[in-house]
Amino acid sequence: MVKLKVNGIDRSFDGDPGMPLLWYVRDILGLTGTKFGCGIALCGACTIHKNGEAIRSCVTTMSAAAGSDIRTIEDLGAHGLHPVQEAWMQVNVPQCGYCQSGQIMQAVSLLKSNPHPADQEIDDAMAGNICRCGTYQRIRKAIKLAAGKIT
Amino acid sequence: MSQIQNVSRRRFLKGAFGAGALILAVRYLPPVLMHGHATGGQTDADRAALHPNLFVGIQQDGTVYIVAHRSEMGTTIRTSLPLVLADELDADWNRVKINQAIGDKRYGDQNTDGSHSIRSFFDTLRECGAAARWMLIAVAAKRWHAPASECSTELHTVVHQASGRRLGYGELAAEAARLTVPKKEQLLLKEPSEWRYIGKGMTSVDLANLCTGKAMYGMDARMDGMVYASIEHPPVFGGKIKSLDEQEALKVVGVHQTVTIDPFKPPAAFQPLGGVAVIADSTWAAFQARKKLKIVWDNGPNESYDSVEYKKELKETAHKPGKLIRSVGDSAKDFPTGKNVFEADYYVPLLAHAPMEPMVALAEFKDGKVTAWAPTQNPQAAQAIVSSELGIPVEAVVCHVTLLGGGFGRKSKPDYVAEAAVLSKKLGRPVKVVWTREDDVKFDYYNAVAAMYMKAAVDDRGKPTAWLQRSVFPPITSIFDVNAVYGDPPHLAQGWTDLPYDLPSIRIENGPAQAHVRIGWLRSVANIYHAFAIQGFTDELAHRANRDPVEYVLDLIGPARTLDFTNVQYPNYGADYNTYPWETGRLRNVIEMVADKSGWAKNKSKKGHGFGFAAHRSFLTYVATVVEVEVSDDGEIRIPRVDMAVDAGLVVNPEATRAQFEGAAVFGTSIVRSGEITAKNGVIQQSNFNDYPVARINEVPAQTNVYITESSAPPAGVGEPGVPPFVAAFCNAIFTATGKRVRDLPLSSNNLFG
Repeated sequence: MVKLKVNGIDRSFDGDPGMPLLWYVRDILGLTGTKFGCGIALCGACTIHKNGEAIRSCVTTMSAAAGSDIRTIEDLGAHGLHPVQEAWMQVNVPQCGYCQSGQIMQAVSLLKSNPHPADQEIDDAMAGNICRCGTYQRIRKAIKLAAGKIT
Repeated sequence: MSQIQNVSRRRFLKGAFGAGALILAVRYLPPVLMHGHATGGQTDADRAALHPNLFVGIQQDGTVYIVAHRSEMGTTIRTSLPLVLADELDADWNRVKINQAIGDKRYGDQNTDGSHSIRSFFDTLRECGAAARWMLIAVAAKRWHAPASECSTELHTVVHQASGRRLGYGELAAEAARLTVPKKEQLLLKEPSEWRYIGKGMTSVDLANLCTGKAMYGMDARMDGMVYASIEHPPVFGGKIKSLDEQEALKVVGVHQTVTIDPFKPPAAFQPLGGVAVIADSTWAAFQARKKLKIVWDNGPNESYDSVEYKKELKETAHKPGKLIRSVGDSAKDFPTGKNVFEADYYVPLLAHAPMEPMVALAEFKDGKVTAWAPTQNPQAAQAIVSSELGIPVEAVVCHVTLLGGGFGRKSKPDYVAEAAVLSKKLGRPVKVVWTREDDVKFDYYNAVAAMYMKAAVDDRGKPTAWLQRSVFPPITSIFDVNAVYGDPPHLAQGWTDLPYDLPSIRIENGPAQAHVRIGWLRSVANIYHAFAIQGFTDELAHRANRDPVEYVLDLIGPARTLDFTNVQYPNYGADYNTYPWETGRLRNVIEMVADKSGWAKNKSKKGHGFGFAAHRSFLTYVATVVEVEVSDDGEIRIPRVDMAVDAGLVVNPEATRAQFEGAAVFGTSIVRSGEITAKNGVIQQSNFNDYPVARINEVPAQTNVYITESSAPPAGVGEPGVPPFVAAFCNAIFTATGKRVRDLPLSSNNLFG
């Protein structure tokens, strides 16, 4: 039995402890904002927060998530938009949008540890998150905008 | 009854599915066919108090429903096209709700590809909005006993200026519904100066959902009682199962059973590839169990496909005389020989789409009918293939269109929707088919691998006196006709047939190539390899002649004129040539514009720092691009800046259009840096983003500037035209920075940089 907290709610899971967290939040909890893109931590579409840090939920097993505090995109804007989400909207970042939950979760994590990232630091932090539509220029801009808002 | 009727099928359509972009013209029909409530009640628009046509409905509370019949994959089309209708209706956009249409031929063409959604439906949606506005005005005028000519509208309200009386659209809707829908000739369309939204644009109606995880993609579709399926496809195209041992797979917790899917009957078209589906109660269980299947395959004839050998064959074919596509001047004469003759081989490999959302579909077969939820660019093709696979009428297939996590042409081919429907029929319950990334990369409809042979004889200023270009690629038509080996006119017309140069002798040819995998449309399609070869070779000739590439291209294009395609097969992207002629003056304009905006004249290339240029017309849009690159001594490439000048005719949504061109630069970056699918023993060698890398944030242009020309020409495409000139300009920039000419893509495998 794996116990964990997801978006503030205590949960327990008695299925395959080797199942990635991604499929638990999507298939079992129905939290579909977190996306499946590659399954092997190459694209970042599945990025969520585990104890406040961005992780790839597609390679994080349920047993590895045991006892942790998990936050998904659904939680981020639950009490009004997060400044990163506001910036995303202001800059019109998304095209298809499929990767953007992961991008946003990664960006929130970046700004938490580095409130004023330089261009290179943004690139380094975001290089694990693929956007096939090619919204990178706007992602950079939105992160800078959010950095200004958060402080 | 139908309001919108298909009036012309292009001649290049072959069989059930088109050989080129599927384009059906639509027109407004007489009111007798337009009126009434017999539209099936599928959308809120259909059910609204006033619904004069398929695309709009107005409720008594003033809510306006507008139908989006095209698929949203990131272009903002779900917003931009309804915006056109809202403008002519003079509706308050804040009171508009969008209904996503199901697949239904009443809407006309729904295949969201070919960059033609705005072009093909701009007039129709204007007329649909204007018709509703006409009826609202007529009712208000009647109530006020005033002539309709004295009444006008102001944002959701009919106004009688003289008396100052006003009535909201909602108050008029029910009574307006009793009127006869006006004929097209009665409509008063707005003057462009009166447009409220067209040309100004609007952010996506889905923007907030896209930023909060609430947006619903195909991957997110759910149905009570559904099971998950993961399918092991034949590793070689056309392969069949010889034997199957499923024992270990069935032991995985959560697995229900396996189901065998029959192999397709050639031609493949949009049929399922066949294979073994593992059915489970979670995606994960299905994925895990699938790895434990033991299948012996009969690979069939494509087992001999080796992409290294195939590349050699294509290049050899490109060096032999081919089929004549277009000839200018005395091109039949022997090509000149001597030291002023130059030749070059260009090559682009197979490319995969790799949209962020892998293929996925949910379908339920029940009582002889199918209900499907799918991220499809082409819901009518999904209906058709489900219908033929299950042997049920097309009308018995309801295909709901979710948001698409990227499409790029892959999701115009609904094989994955058919898989879900086939499985649901066999299992008697809803089935969600989920492809892995590996499935997506290995079982794509790839953009064709292509070899281009280029040859020019030049005069003492380096200008060609004779020009020969010959392309060889397995055609997309091969998925519909196994014997198809030559390029078809619509795809040859993508930047090959229509070489815009004003030269005394031009010979354009195409050679044969047999397909060994499924070939399909990918963003910009044949323009990618055609523009790469033409614009690369032109750049080579300019540098050989020590001439400025921009000045040189303008010299080759020659004076402003309309290209003459008399006696040439030139489908022009399915558009009427009189409405959308090929105008060299417009290409010249964007070239001059991008040279100006990028500071071309003062940007001097030096070792390790270069500027490249290319210009190309595709999807009826003219684009010129300048790319700046920095190349380090160890071959690492940065792209500090990209400038693009765009003439897409009238642009409905400029912000969304800029985003499409920014994205095109990124898409092109992936193609140049690392886009390559290879095969050995018929098996695709790539599997995921490790061996099919796509551009990441640290590899893309740091800044892409998009300049949109003011134009009153009819609207053209914006989703695709940015890619081809970017690819060529990027490679031309690498030459100026390094002296190394990129003729083989991608950079990751051409050994140019050791």
